[in-house]
This record gives sequence, C-alpha cells and structure tokens, in this order.
Amino acid sequence: MTAATLYAILGGLLFCLAFHALVVAGHPLRRLLAVNVMGSSVFLVLVAGAAPGDPLPQALVITGIVVAVAATALGLNLLLRLAAPPADDTTAAGEAGE
Amino acid sequence: MTVTVLLPLLVLWPLAAGLLALLLPRGAGTTLLVASAGNLGLALALAADVATTGGGGHSVGGWAVPLGIALRADGLSALLVLVTALVLPLIALHATAAYADAERRYFAALLLLFVTALNGLFLAGDLFNLYVTLELLGLSAVALAALGGSPAALLASLRYLLATLTGSLAYLLGVALLYRAAGTLDLLALAGQGPGLPGGALAFALMVAGLLLKAAVFPLHFWLPPAHANATPPVSAALSALAVKAPLYLLLRLWLTVFDGAWPLVAELLAAIGAAGVLWCSVQALLQTRAKLLVAYSTVAQLGYLVLAIALVPVAGATAYGAFALLLVSHVLAKAGLFLAVGNLARRARHDRIDGFERVVQHMPLSASAIALAGVSLMGLPPSGGFSGKWLLLQAAIAAGDWWLVAVALTGGLLAAVYIFKLIEHTFGGSDRPEATPLPRRMEWAAFTLAGAAVLLGFLAQPMLALLGGVP
Amino acid sequence: MNENALLPVLVLASSLLPGVIIFFLPEGAVRLRSALNLAGASVKLLLVAVMLWGVSRGVTYAVSFPLLPGLDFSLRADPLALLFVTLSAQLWFLTTIYAIGYLEDSPNRARFFGFFSLCVTATVGVAMAGNLLTFLLFYELLTLSTYPLVVHRETARARAAGNRYLAYTIAGGAALLLGTAWLYAETGTLTFTPRGFLDGSDAPAPVLAAIFFLLVAGVGVKAALVPLHGWLPRAMVAPAPVSALLHAVAVVKAGAFGIIRVVYDVFGVEYAAELGVMDALAAVAAFTIIYGSLRALAQDDLKRRLAFSTVSQVSYIALGVAIVGPLASIGGIVHLVHQGLMKITLFFCAGNYAETLGLHKVSQLDGVGRRMPLTTAAFTVAALGMIGLPPMAGFISKWYLGLGALEAGATWAVVVLAGSSALNAAYFLPILHRAWFRPATGAWSPRPAGARAETTLALLLPPVITAVLVVLAGLLAAVPYSPQEWATLVVRREFYAQ
Repeated sequence: MTAATLYAILGGLLFCLAFHALVVAGHPLRRLLAVNVMGSSVFLVLVAGAAPGDPLPQALVITGIVVAVAATALGLNLLLRLAAPPADDTTAAGEAGE
Repeated sequence: MTVTVLLPLLVLWPLAAGLLALLLPRGAGTTLLVASAGNLGLALALAADVATTGGGGHSVGGWAVPLGIALRADGLSALLVLVTALVLPLIALHATAAYADAERRYFAALLLLFVTALNGLFLAGDLFNLYVTLELLGLSAVALAALGGSPAALLASLRYLLATLTGSLAYLLGVALLYRAAGTLDLLALAGQGPGLPGGALAFALMVAGLLLKAAVFPLHFWLPPAHANATPPVSAALSALAVKAPLYLLLRLWLTVFDGAWPLVAELLAAIGAAGVLWCSVQALLQTRAKLLVAYSTVAQLGYLVLAIALVPVAGATAYGAFALLLVSHVLAKAGLFLAVGNLARRARHDRIDGFERVVQHMPLSASAIALAGVSLMGLPPSGGFSGKWLLLQAAIAAGDWWLVAVALTGGLLAAVYIFKLIEHTFGGSDRPEATPLPRRMEWAAFTLAGAAVLLGFLAQPMLALLGGVP
Repeated sequence: MNENALLPVLVLASSLLPGVIIFFLPEGAVRLRSALNLAGASVKLLLVAVMLWGVSRGVTYAVSFPLLPGLDFSLRADPLALLFVTLSAQLWFLTTIYAIGYLEDSPNRARFFGFFSLCVTATVGVAMAGNLLTFLLFYELLTLSTYPLVVHRETARARAAGNRYLAYTIAGGAALLLGTAWLYAETGTLTFTPRGFLDGSDAPAPVLAAIFFLLVAGVGVKAALVPLHGWLPRAMVAPAPVSALLHAVAVVKAGAFGIIRVVYDVFGVEYAAELGVMDALAAVAAFTIIYGSLRALAQDDLKRRLAFSTVSQVSYIALGVAIVGPLASIGGIVHLVHQGLMKITLFFCAGNYAETLGLHKVSQLDGVGRRMPLTTAAFTVAALGMIGLPPMAGFISKWYLGLGALEAGATWAVVVLAGSSALNAAYFLPILHRAWFRPATGAWSPRPAGARAETTLALLLPPVITAVLVVLAGLLAAVPYSPQEWATLVVRREFYAQ
C-alpha cells in the first residue's frame, strides 16, 4: 500500500472519528473542534490524492483552510455571545421600534 | 451584454455592494436597494440571453479549466438567478423598514454576500467553486440567522452552523474522492463519468448526504425550524426561500450531469424521504401553535415535494424537471411572502401565537391577503405556481406508474390546506387596539407582492418552462 | 383579440374588476361600493344578452391561451354555458340589491362584497370553462372565494361551519384533481366536446369508470350528493344573501353543472351508460332526493329546512342526467334554472323574516302573512313551484323528468319523483298554512314610521321579482329563449346523435 493510500484511509478514519465526536459531544465547543478535525481530515484526503507537483489540490486545501478559519471564528463568536452577552450590544437589540 | 460580461458581474456586483454596505454605516439601506435593482437588471439580461442562445460559459480571468474558475449558465441557472433577483428587492424593501440603522448595515452586507454566494452557486461550473459558494452561503445564512440576537436565535444559529459545516465537509470529502479518481473538477469534463469511477458511488453518497443535510430534507431537518422561526422575518424569508433551495439544485445538477442519473436505488431513496418529509412535516406544521414554527415546518414539507420531483427526473424526464422548477420558483415566492406577512402580524401583535392574530389583523388586510395568496400556492390550489408544479408532479408520477407518490402529493396538499387555513382562520375577526403603531406600508406591500407573484406564476408557467429548456 | 374572444373575458372582468377595486375601498364608501356593484352587475347582464343573441345565431365566443404543457386555459360560451351564465348574471344582480339592503350598517362589508364579486366571477368561469382544467381552476377558486362569505359573521359557529365547508370542498377538489390528472395522463386531452371524447379511446373501461367516480365525487361535494352533503346545512350560519347565492346560483349549481359537463361533454351520455356508471349515479341521486326531503321534514329552523330541500332538489338534476334520454336531460338541465329561481326566492323570504321580524324558526311563522303579505306571497309561489304545481316552473321540470323516466323505461324514477313531491308538500304546505291561516302568537314589531312597504325595498323587490320569474318560466315555457326552450336547444344540439 502506498503512502498516499495510507494517508487517504487515515483521513477517512479521522473523518469518521470526528463525526462521531460531533454527534456525541455535549458542549458546543467540543462540537466545533470536532468539525475542525473533520475539516482537517478532508484536507488530508485531498492532499493524499494529489499527484506530485499537482497545484490544484494544494490550492483547494489552502482555500479550505481559509474557509475553516472563518467558520470557526463565526462559531466561536456565537459561543461567546451565548455564554456572556455583551451589555450594550446594538445587534442584540432586535427589530426597530420595539 | 453578453454572457462573458454578465456572468462574472453577477457575482462581483453583489459582492462589491455588500462590502460597500459594511463600510458605509448610514448608507447601507440605499446601497442594498440600489444593489438589488442592479442585480435584477443583470439577471433579466442573463435570462434574455439564455432564452435566445440557450446558455453559455465564461472562464474568469481568461484562465481555462482545470486551473481557472468556469462560470456557466443554462436554463435552470438563469431561472434561479432570476428568481433570486426578483425576491431580493422585495426583502430589501421590507428590511429597510424593519431594521434600525445599526442592524441594517449588517443585514445589508450579509444579505448581499448571501446573494453573491447564491449567484456564484447557480453559475458555478466546477465542483470546488461549488464548495466555496456553498460555504459562503452557509456562513452568511448563519450570520443572518443570528442577527436577531436573542439567546434562542443564537442557539439555533450555532446548531445551523454545525449542521451546515458538516454537510459541506461531507460534500468536500466526496469532491476529494472524485478528484482522486478523475483528476478534474470541471462539471462538463466530468459529465457522465461519475458511475464509472472507482469510489464514485461512495463519493456520490457523501455528497448527497451532505447536500440533504444542508437542505434540511427529512430526516435531516432538525436544525431548520428553530433557526427559521427565531430569525427576524426578512431573514426567515431569505433563508426559507433561497438558502435551502441551493443545495437541492446542486443535488439535481450533480445527479444528472456528473452521475448521469444512474442508480435507480437513488431515485427510490429520494422518493421515500421526499414522501416521508411531505407527510411527517405537514403533520408537524399543523400541530404548531406558533406561526413562525408552522411556516418553518411547512418549508421542510414543501422541500419534500422538490425531492420527489428530483426522484422522478430520470424516469419522467422533462415533466419532472418542469415540476421541480415550477415548485421551486413558486415556493420561493410564496414562502418569502408568507414569512414577511406572518412577521408583520407578529410584530404588530408582539408575539407569534396564531390564535392571537385576530386582534391585530383588522388593520392589516394586505398582510392577511398575502397569507391567503401564499397559502393558495402552498396548498397547490389553482390558479397558482404551486398548482402548476403540482400538476406536473402528478403527471410525472402517473407516467412513472408511482401511484403511491400521487397519493402522497394529494395528501400533502390536503394537510397543507389544514395548516394554511389554521393560519387564515385567525385572520378573520377581532378588532385592534387603536393605539398600536401602524406598520410601514411597504412592509405589507412587499409581502403582498411576493405572494401575488406566486399566484400569478400560475399563468406564466409556459414562458417559464420555455426559459428552462430541456433536461440537461 | 377579436370580439369573439373578447366577450367571455369581459364577462369575467365585469365582476372581477369591481371586486378587486372594492377590496381597496375604505369601509365607509357605501355609495361608491354599491354603485360599483350594480354597475358591474348591469354590465354583465348586458354582455350576457349580447352573447345569448350571438350564440342562438351560431356565433362562437371563445378565448384560450397555453397554461400548462399541452393544456390551454380555455373559455367557450356554448349553449350550456350560457344557460348557467344567464342564470348567474340575473341572480347576481338581484342578490346584490338584496345584500346591500340586508347588510346595511353591518361590519366588514368591503370584504363581503369583494369576495361576493369574486364568487360570481368564479361561477361564471365555471360556466364558460372550455376544458376540464379551466373548470377545475374556477371550481377551486369558487371554494376559496366562498369561504370568507361563510365565516363572514366571525362567530365560533361560523368558523366551525367554515372549517367543515373547507374539509368537504377541499377533499372534493383533491378527488377532482386526481380524476382530471389521471384522465389527461390516459387520453392527452381535456377539452369539453359535445357527446364526449372518450367513446372509442383505448383507455381500459375500469380505468374510465374509476375516473368517472373520482370526477363525480369531486363535483358531487358541491352538488350536495349524499353522503357528501354534510357541509350544506351547517353553512346556513352565513348571512341570508350568502345562503341565497350559495344555494341558488354559485356553489350548488356549479357542482350540478359539473356533473352535466362530465356526463355529456367528457364521457358522452351514451358511452357513460355503456360503462355502467349511470345506474350508480341514478341510485345516488334518487337516494339523495328522498333523504334530503325526509331530513327537511324534521327541521324547525327555516333555513335548515330550505338547505335540506336544496340537497334533495339539486339531485333532480343528477337524476335527469342519469336517466339516459333527451326528455330526462331537458328536465334535469332546465331544473338548474328553475330550482335556482325558486330556491333563491325562498331564501330571500327567509332572510326577510329574519331581518325584519327576527324569525328563524318555522314554528314562529304563525300569521306572518298578515304582517308581510308580499314576502309570504312570493314564498308561496316558490313553495308551490317546488312541490311541482302548474303553472310554476317546478312543474315543467318535473313533467319533463317524469316523461323522460317513462321514455327510458325507468318507472322507479317516476315513483321517486312522486314521492318527493309528496314530501315537498309535507314540509312546505304546513308553513304556508301557518303563515296565512293561523293567527299570530304575539304582536309583530311594527313597520318603521313612514315606511310604505312591509320591509325595506331592497329586501322586498328581489323575492317578488324572482317569484314572478318562477311563474313566467312556467307559463311561457314554450316561448323562445325561455329556460325550457334553451335547455331543449342544448340537448338537441349537443348531447344526442342527430
């Protein structure tokens, strides 16, 4: 079995593990972390499938990492607001005129 | 304007406008309205172009596949871009009255990014760009859902975020597997290749699962009702109308193009979950006491019809394809109008319990009429787009010999009648306390126009089907 | 669009446009609203007269445009359509006057008259529909536009009645949709064709029979065939103009009209007889006739008695259709008009009793003939017509039905008709006796000071006019353009091989 195939299988296993953690975990932070690991596992599979010197998977993975970072930031922000709502938060004011 | 200019513009214009809205604290509302108008113009131009030439493509920056970004438009894409562009100004009109300055800025920016993602998705020509636009769509939708700021809204958006990310990652894993096997991500290049590729079935299964989760199709719909019910009305309208349709469009596209409509088992599975979704979620809808939850469950139920139509495409061809398009477009219009109208009533009443609506409806005949008109389309009663879609769905099911699907479609219509009239019943009656502040007129007109459009679509089925063209 | 295409559209528009405008008028704009209503009704009458003249000379008024793949939205003013359209136009005009008087000073009139106009538009659309799809479209529109009229009073009873109405009519609509979709899938066409288009089609007979039952069940809900009639008595909670309109013109007749269209213009009456479905229809019709009359006997509430009477009488139309033969067909089709005239008179009078004197029950009607002689006279004329006494219109219908039954060898139908007449007498004659010959049990509320008539003119004139029409339709039945002559024209031209 080549290294590439090994990494691909590992990626798949990691995906399943992280998915399991996502479903089972109670705390939202753990869930967010599980999703992050799922993301990483997919990137692993992507890279593992790449022919040497093929720029496309690398571009894909970089894009994917950026997206993951943004998503994680959004998720963390939501978590923070849930845990400790800011005092004078204008966006929490809801609809106008109420 | 040729396709070469239109396609990238349709993605860049809302993107630029969204960023501009973020930078202009007080001009956000105007930016949103101007951007919507511009988007509508571009969409109309695209529709006109596709109607005459049958579609076209463009490689952004001159970079050809496989390295570049390919944008392509055919009948279905143009139609979906157009309906998005039609709904956007009306939601914008409603929102500029509904939100105060501070939230308006964020709403405008996020909504425009949302539309960028939609346009990009409908026009994308390769699998990875579809992933990027899917993610952008999901993230902007989550942020929009969280705008309400209440703990319930935040909790629901968090759940939405996790669900949508999981869905995207499943999809991406499928893309990764396909790339390993095929060496390309371009849709045209992959056309018909899917079933023959090693691991193609697994990739397809992953992608389908991910997309069904993102589209909140039964039984993966758990995240939708809280998210849509706790969001503010313009957001609920945008999400229910558009955000959940994009993954279904993608599902159809993938199945037909890359995987050539293969594997009858897929059709059977989709038919089963579609049918179950229609029946189960319609029942759930009529058990609700809160109006927004009722409407949210109605969305999931109606998505079941779309899945049924997808399931029938390989067998029934153009009829099922037309049913899918008609049902989708009429649901977009009807659901957006319904959420806006229910939102209007809830705002006036300061709660969204259905049995309290009598007391406020007296001075809101437009919103009440909007509920009725949208309801007509959702029930599939003539004349409306919903009826035309239902007719085609019935014809497709009869042609395929699936009589149980016929039964499901008709029963779904009856159940829809129950929950719609549960809403409408409470729009007859009562008197308003005179001191309540009236709602800005355009909030009601926005709802009414959307609902009226859903009904009018019943008379425009033929032109719409002409734009749609044949099954790809 | 040439004028032959324009006229059907204009007939629809003459009630649709006022309706839409009325929705946007403020509640207090009474004069403008009444003016719009009456103007629309008058214009419609005029247009219908023009079409009548044209059709009798052989002109075809039709318009169509593509609605769905392979199917058009199609309006065609053929002789049968005109029968129903004329009835609707005349009775709408009179009911509008009546409703303006009846609902004076009551809330939500803008909503009422808006939906009222929509309801008539839907009825006229049902009449002129050129294919089953257009028929279905307007048929469902009729459901949607009559629901707000049933729940108009917004009481708990009204809501419950509205829900029951919806339950029946939407389920019926689903049956109709299934039958229509299936028929299209089997044959590829839905156009109404004289003598039907199914004879000789290669769809298997059991399938066609199933489709027949679905279609008839769908229209049978509105036509109040037993056991699909349950919505009708409860719907009496609506104001009298609504009961008058629903029972004389719009909903019930639309159902009966649907039965006529399905039997004559989809299946063809002779082919339907071959299929064997006519016997079932005849049995259901006969049962409904007797059942409705029996239930009517037991009612003390006047409107409910009239409601069950409607259940019974509309099935005369179904019976006439189910008995295969020109005379029976004429009897059934002309009863569409005659029953409309008679029943609307009865409901107008019931409304007068309720509105002027607060009387809702038969047992309260003692001596009312003295206080409201004209109303009671109109009621008498219509009731005698329902029993079938000459020279009233009801006699003509029963005559043709009886002759037709004999011609077709269905003597049992004659028995049913006779029995029904006896039952009609049993539940109408006591009312007449009470009204004219019994002394009043208490003092009546007096006439308003300065009133010349027993009640407001808007409430008095319509029943008197329709009662006169009932007599004329019977007396002048042999005159050209009478309902009976027109029905004969329809049957001879359209339904039987020459």
